[in-house]
Amino acid sequence: MTDAGLARSPDEAADSPGAGTPANDPASQVGVGVTAESGEDVILRTEGITKRFGALIVLRGVDVRLRRGEVLGLVGDNGSGKSTFVKILCGFQRQDEGKIFVEGKEVSFRSVQDARSHGIEIVYQDLALVPQLTVTQNLFLNRELILFGRLGWLRNRAMREQARKYFSDLKVDLPSVDATVEALSGGQRQAVALARATRTEARVLLLDEPLAAMGAKESALVIDLVKDLSHNHGVSMIVIDHNYTHLFELCDRINILQGGHIILDQRVEETSIEELTELMVSEYRKKVSEGQEELRHA
Amino acid sequence: MRRVVDKAFARPETTIFLVCIALIVYFSIRNANFYSYTNVVTMAQYIGPIAVVGAGEVLLLDLAEIDLSAGQVLLTAPWFVVFLQHHMPLGWAIAASMLLCAAIGAFNGIIVVSLKVPSFVATLGMNYILAGYVLVASSDIETDMTGTTGKFGSVFGISNWAEGLWSLGIVLIIWALLKGTRFGLHTTATGGNQLGAAEAGVRVRNVKILCFIIIAVICGFIGIIDSIRIGSLDPAAPGLNEMLAGVAAAVIGGTALTGGKATVLGTMIGAVVLGVLEDGFNLIGISANWFILVEGAVILAAMGINVQLGRVTARGARP
Repeated sequence: MTDAGLARSPDEAADSPGAGTPANDPASQVGVGVTAESGEDVILRTEGITKRFGALIVLRGVDVRLRRGEVLGLVGDNGSGKSTFVKILCGFQRQDEGKIFVEGKEVSFRSVQDARSHGIEIVYQDLALVPQLTVTQNLFLNRELILFGRLGWLRNRAMREQARKYFSDLKVDLPSVDATVEALSGGQRQAVALARATRTEARVLLLDEPLAAMGAKESALVIDLVKDLSHNHGVSMIVIDHNYTHLFELCDRINILQGGHIILDQRVEETSIEELTELMVSEYRKKVSEGQEELRHA
Repeated sequence: MRRVVDKAFARPETTIFLVCIALIVYFSIRNANFYSYTNVVTMAQYIGPIAVVGAGEVLLLDLAEIDLSAGQVLLTAPWFVVFLQHHMPLGWAIAASMLLCAAIGAFNGIIVVSLKVPSFVATLGMNYILAGYVLVASSDIETDMTGTTGKFGSVFGISNWAEGLWSLGIVLIIWALLKGTRFGLHTTATGGNQLGAAEAGVRVRNVKILCFIIIAVICGFIGIIDSIRIGSLDPAAPGLNEMLAGVAAAVIGGTALTGGKATVLGTMIGAVVLGVLEDGFNLIGISANWFILVEGAVILAAMGINVQLGRVTARGARP
């Protein structure tokens, strides 16, 4: 059930009208609306995503491409719009302008359910788990296995079985699938939330700060799980995190979102923590000096 | 053996079950009439409505809500039947009065969900509206209940076990609903983490409104049965007492007021404890005034024990 993402479709590029220019520089496509795929297997792509909240423009044309099986790290200051961006991708909010493409086809998400039907799942920062319910109940929440249609009689035994099997597939060690979530550690809770998002055919997983407020051991559990989902289950991911060390361990590629644009898109091998830090800090310094300029003029 | 005991005590109902057995043994020893047929019938009739109100309140407490109007709905439904019977046959009057109860529940639910009025306040308002309605519509005059004759009256209240069995049936349905169905799971999920449940796609507003409808319907129904058994309606009967007895049964039985933790089974045992206490005190000749004092002490003790046991087991479960 989870190997859906493994089924590669090399004819991906054929879906897009402007295909066949492998030498295309991604930067040259920005804002032009060309859908060339440069021969890469891109599962999710955005073009010029813009979002305003009243007078505040949070996103000013964000172009992101997520390749199949890739883990993409999204970095940016607080308030840079990372969370808004993933909320648009999962159908929780709607963009004002811009397009989203899944496997080369333009899609329009009116609800979280819409995004789910395209295999896009999100794990919220608060995990959306119910502490008093068991691991199994949380894993199946709102997608329960039921008997007798509308009456909705729960098939508890079958759900427990499947939960057990799925966690052992994921190599996640839990005290029991009957344990309540409140009895689990932070890392185990994150694992349950990740498992819930990927149990059904998730192809793209959006993770909003999955490692926030976690100890080293806890983080290791989550990092291993994310790697396993990406390598062995073919799930592509966008991960928001503030910790560069974690991101370099997890991700294949890093994007920096700043001032409403993606200002850097590089594979982790091609960049370094120092470079990212330098970029982020120099932006900050530039802003500070601009601010001082303005003050002086005023 | 130890594991069995540990497991039993991890359940919230165990303490109150033991207390219940102890009380039954104690009163049986003190007075042989306690387990006589007539006395057991009396107790069943007393316990029935408390258990039904309690089972309804369990749904709401599970949501971290409460319905303070449930007892007054129980008392008002038979008045609906009496008034409606002037215009239609008895069967229709009962059906129509159940619909009115459902509408009251829906109104409560919509006020809570849409206007975001806390359920404590919204349903307290509804309680006084209904109490006032009964006083006004009856001109504060006691009335005979209709439908108390023939086979109908026998099935719906008069015969010895009618009220007890109807109550048991209703409680078992609520138990199955909460324990075995998707709706029950979504109720607990909503009470445990409303935002989280909503993010997972649970339709929390619908779940809440439906719970308010269910409690109003079952309370209205058992109210009609109760009145057919008693035969008359007292317009000044205080509904808050019925409601608080139900909430007490739920809380004694191990249901938390904070949501996400509910037991219908425990509520049923809690109702039995209240019934046994009241009846037992009567039989051994202790004044009813003492009963109220003891009821208070039992609620405090049960709550204290359950909270402590909850802490211990939660700690035990942590790996």
